[in-house]
Amino acid sequence: NEQKGQKTPATVTVRDALNQAMDEELERDERVFLLGEEVAQYDGAYKVSRGLWKKYGDKRIIDTPISEMGFAGIAVGAAMAGLRPICEFMTFNFSMQAIDQVINSAAKTCYMSAGLQAVPIVFRGPNGASAGVAAQHSQCFAAWYAHCPGLKVVSPWNSEDAKGLLKSSIRDDNPVVFLENELLYGVPFEMSEEAQSKDFTIPIGKAKVERAGSHITLVSHSRYVGHCLDAAAVLAKEGIECEVINLRTIRPMDVESIEASVMKTNHLVTVEGGWPQFGVGAEICARIMEGSAFNYLDSPVTRVTGVDIPMPYAKILEDHSLPQIKDIIFSVKKTLNV
Amino acid sequence: MCFSQTPEKKRWQQRWFCRYCRQRRRRAAPEGQRLTEGRICAVQGLCWASLGKMLTNISNVLRACAQRNGAAAVVSARTYADFTNEATFEIKKCDTFKLDEGPATQVVMTRDEGLQYYRTMQTMRRMELKADQLYKQKIIRGFCHLYDGQEACAVGIEAAINLSDHLITAYRAHGYTYTRGGTVKKIMAELTGRRGGIAKGKGGSMHMYCKHFYGGNGIVGAQVPLGAGVALACKYQGNSELCVCLYGDGAANQGQIFETYNMAALWKLPVIFICENNGYGMGTSVERAAASTDYFKRGEFIPGVRVDGMDVLCVREASRFAADYCRSGKGPILMELQTYRYHGHSMSDPGVSYRTREEIQEVRSKSDPISMLKDRMLSNNMASVEELKEIDVEVRKEIEDAAQFATTDPEPPLEDLCNHIFHNNPPLEVRGTNPWSKLKSVS
Repeated sequence: NEQKGQKTPATVTVRDALNQAMDEELERDERVFLLGEEVAQYDGAYKVSRGLWKKYGDKRIIDTPISEMGFAGIAVGAAMAGLRPICEFMTFNFSMQAIDQVINSAAKTCYMSAGLQAVPIVFRGPNGASAGVAAQHSQCFAAWYAHCPGLKVVSPWNSEDAKGLLKSSIRDDNPVVFLENELLYGVPFEMSEEAQSKDFTIPIGKAKVERAGSHITLVSHSRYVGHCLDAAAVLAKEGIECEVINLRTIRPMDVESIEASVMKTNHLVTVEGGWPQFGVGAEICARIMEGSAFNYLDSPVTRVTGVDIPMPYAKILEDHSLPQIKDIIFSVKKTLNV
Repeated sequence: MCFSQTPEKKRWQQRWFCRYCRQRRRRAAPEGQRLTEGRICAVQGLCWASLGKMLTNISNVLRACAQRNGAAAVVSARTYADFTNEATFEIKKCDTFKLDEGPATQVVMTRDEGLQYYRTMQTMRRMELKADQLYKQKIIRGFCHLYDGQEACAVGIEAAINLSDHLITAYRAHGYTYTRGGTVKKIMAELTGRRGGIAKGKGGSMHMYCKHFYGGNGIVGAQVPLGAGVALACKYQGNSELCVCLYGDGAANQGQIFETYNMAALWKLPVIFICENNGYGMGTSVERAAASTDYFKRGEFIPGVRVDGMDVLCVREASRFAADYCRSGKGPILMELQTYRYHGHSMSDPGVSYRTREEIQEVRSKSDPISMLKDRMLSNNMASVEELKEIDVEVRKEIEDAAQFATTDPEPPLEDLCNHIFHNNPPLEVRGTNPWSKLKSVS
């Protein structure tokens, strides 16, 4: 946040980018407020909301008791009555306690009321695996929330994604599930001058080609975009040029970008941290099959996913429960049959 | 004359029978003291109600005579100016919890108020009965939870708050949709799933919305945190509005309600929690569901009032009391309305497997909210039988017209299928049942 106003590219961590986004939106619109556990006086369980309570006070940054279903419902009610809440779940694992409010009270209301009742709310928090937090604290909820009409589901990777997408989500008049990643909070990324401006937003529903390539398309979201880029760097040395697509939004998914890429490269690998069954990769496979890009595939789509087990604790087991760079490289070579 | 009274009792406490209606009445109180119900007229040993009836009969006869004779001059022994404009009523004292004083027990109702309450309750009653009819004809499908018997709750609450306040309830919501501003036409058309419905046919019985009315909610108890959230918005915006947040005796055992009590009290949210206790959560009586059936005490650190929910004046007074409490910034308050539903839980529940027909009949005959109001108005000379009958006829017509509309209005167009998923959103494509079916969705 010290970089604001400067014209040169800066290095900003994802945490600071999220903080900037919330700070700017709180300043811009009186109706925006943040509630959740430890968001105020503790500066955020993961320090994402650091400094906001000091700046905006009790009215706009609200510490809640440990009552997910209760405070998620309160946030939805406040959105129905004209405010624009940001409801933080300490991790999305705890959103399961409140999932009825997210789906039945938030997502479906605009439709059920034939447009009479809008619910402009953002549910945000860390999603997916962290490090050593074991089974109950490591689930990825992208597939569960992306299944439901009425929700928008966003999954940023780098700082620019985090800031631009969070600002768009807060400005959106509909319920948005904003899936962050705890392991990315401390990672610094370069942010362009444009991205540092107070009005910088990234449209929801548009994917980004992070790296152009011609031999194979890698599609991913959140942390694994970084893994894909690392794998692509290794594969480039062997002459395999990977095109890496950062989904940015899970729902509505930008299938057109994936199709355009597949029509160019003829091969597709999806990479995600969540479980394989009924997951994001499964959806991409189905959509590619149903669309025009199917005819351009030279081999079936490959999904690289988390292992189909609850997350174990021991480091060696945990490391082998999630896609590693070598798994991506292996899958690319198998798909290309090299 | 005096039966169980000691000779020391004052003359004016003696009881006697009215010569006309044969009801036991008290004599007039001595000078300076307030009269209670059943003031008597010293003339001919009649009570006031009977005197009123006699005069009405005389005027009817005179009017009938005038019509038969074709007289140009209208002979009318009674005009509306003859009615009492307002009367004081003694209502049941409310049990209180953590409160030094409760709602008033002596209330004033004007003739206009009485007529309005009567009309509204009668409209709600007839609307629900018509819905019952249409459901049995299979013109209404799915869930249909009827509110008849509980009319005094909705009418009493609305009489105490403003339309600028907010209200949210569960699925037994047709009555509240009406009191909050929805028309009978639009409500019935929503029940029959037509495009003229209040939610364009997209919501149905449980999902009706209008200004400052947040439904209509299908998930038991989920509306309670929502209501507290609406109250948070009121406090945040500093507009002195409050939110009335209703739930049933069944929902009262939901965990999220206790989470909400905690946050509402902690943050002093301007919310009135109201438990409509109709004795049964679907087929489970309150004794079988709750370790404590004192629902007005379940807020623990939130003050509570237990109210006779069949008496519209009782509900109104308690709601006024609660609204004052909230608006003064003291935080939430809890009201338990003891009421009764004549129908089963929904149209698929006959409602007699877990309670007796005798019980239902007893409540109908002794505590029906509309009858109670009618008796009050008639015995206090605030309206005539004919006037109320006229209102009945008008209400019946309104319901018939609405039902006519609800059965003839066309269903929503298929183009509307995917609309309204989002608010203020550019048009998007929605997958249909097969990959070639690409449907359009606009906001």
